[in-house]
Amino acid sequence: MNAPFAPPAMTATADTWTVAGRTFSSRLIVGTGKYKDYAQNAAAAEAAGAEIVTVAVRRVNLTDPNQPMLVDYVKPDRFTFLPNTAGCFTGEDAVRTLRLAREAGGWDLVKLEVLSNTAHLYPDMIETLRALDLLIRDGFQVMVYCTDDVVMCRRLEEAGAAAIMPAAAPIGSGLGLQNRVNIRLIVEQATVPVLVDAGVGTPSDATLAMELGCDAVLMNTAIAEAKDPILMASAMKHAVIAGREGYLAGRMAKRMYADPSSPLAGLI
Amino acid sequence: MRIQVNGEDRQVTATTVQGLVEELGFDIRKVAVERNLAIVPKSLHAETTLAEGDRIELVQFVGGG
Repeated sequence: MNAPFAPPAMTATADTWTVAGRTFSSRLIVGTGKYKDYAQNAAAAEAAGAEIVTVAVRRVNLTDPNQPMLVDYVKPDRFTFLPNTAGCFTGEDAVRTLRLAREAGGWDLVKLEVLSNTAHLYPDMIETLRALDLLIRDGFQVMVYCTDDVVMCRRLEEAGAAAIMPAAAPIGSGLGLQNRVNIRLIVEQATVPVLVDAGVGTPSDATLAMELGCDAVLMNTAIAEAKDPILMASAMKHAVIAGREGYLAGRMAKRMYADPSSPLAGLI
Repeated sequence: MRIQVNGEDRQVTATTVQGLVEELGFDIRKVAVERNLAIVPKSLHAETTLAEGDRIELVQFVGGG
């Protein structure tokens, strides 16, 4: 006897996330630094399934105007460009850099990072908060790289940040999520997207961030410095999806002792 | 005239921002220009004239995290 065929529900809402009015399906944002060349960079971004890529703003090379350019490989009509302020140490530097980015591509969605010290690259949060205010007054929608300080993250949101992006560990360190308690608390209090930005080293690090309820993960070095960046990009894509689905599914409760999965009754 | 481009002193023949970008060999669609700390929108490149001692920044997007 055939059971009545039940088609899969076609009305299930897609699992998307929205930042500053823009909606995305991919929860993996990738950087575009440190690759062997721009062609490998573009292939990795595709393999990651990324919809957003971070980019930096720098002086052109005056001695060789025909050098390959990022936009010829990682194309702005394929990816949403998220210009960053990497290398900026003051609010004024950040505003100047992002005004140039806006002129170069017209984007107002930006990533703010105001650094303090080149040894650890942690952001100067007092200056970050000031820079955020300057950028918002200038019409930018600002995703903010920050420390995993729960109170400071609250302040950023109150000041108008479009997304809160705490570091899992120092930029480029690959050390993985160092303080899962703080990340969970930041996720719980936020009403704007929370992304782990920086410090991810392995796919399991990305999964953990997503299991804690982050809306997305941003990474660069973990992919670019893998032996096979394209394969690692694909691994990260799956890791982010796994963590997201695990978060949505809701994990089992922890127990202090074992609990058998096979029935105890009916043993021979 | 002598101006500064990306921190380097240069002798240029161009008299406008558009002329300068062309003289330096760049595609205007892929760069952004700042003149004396103020953005010069693409729509104003042709009519923005250069002056002796101008400090010009010419930037592009590069890979970054």
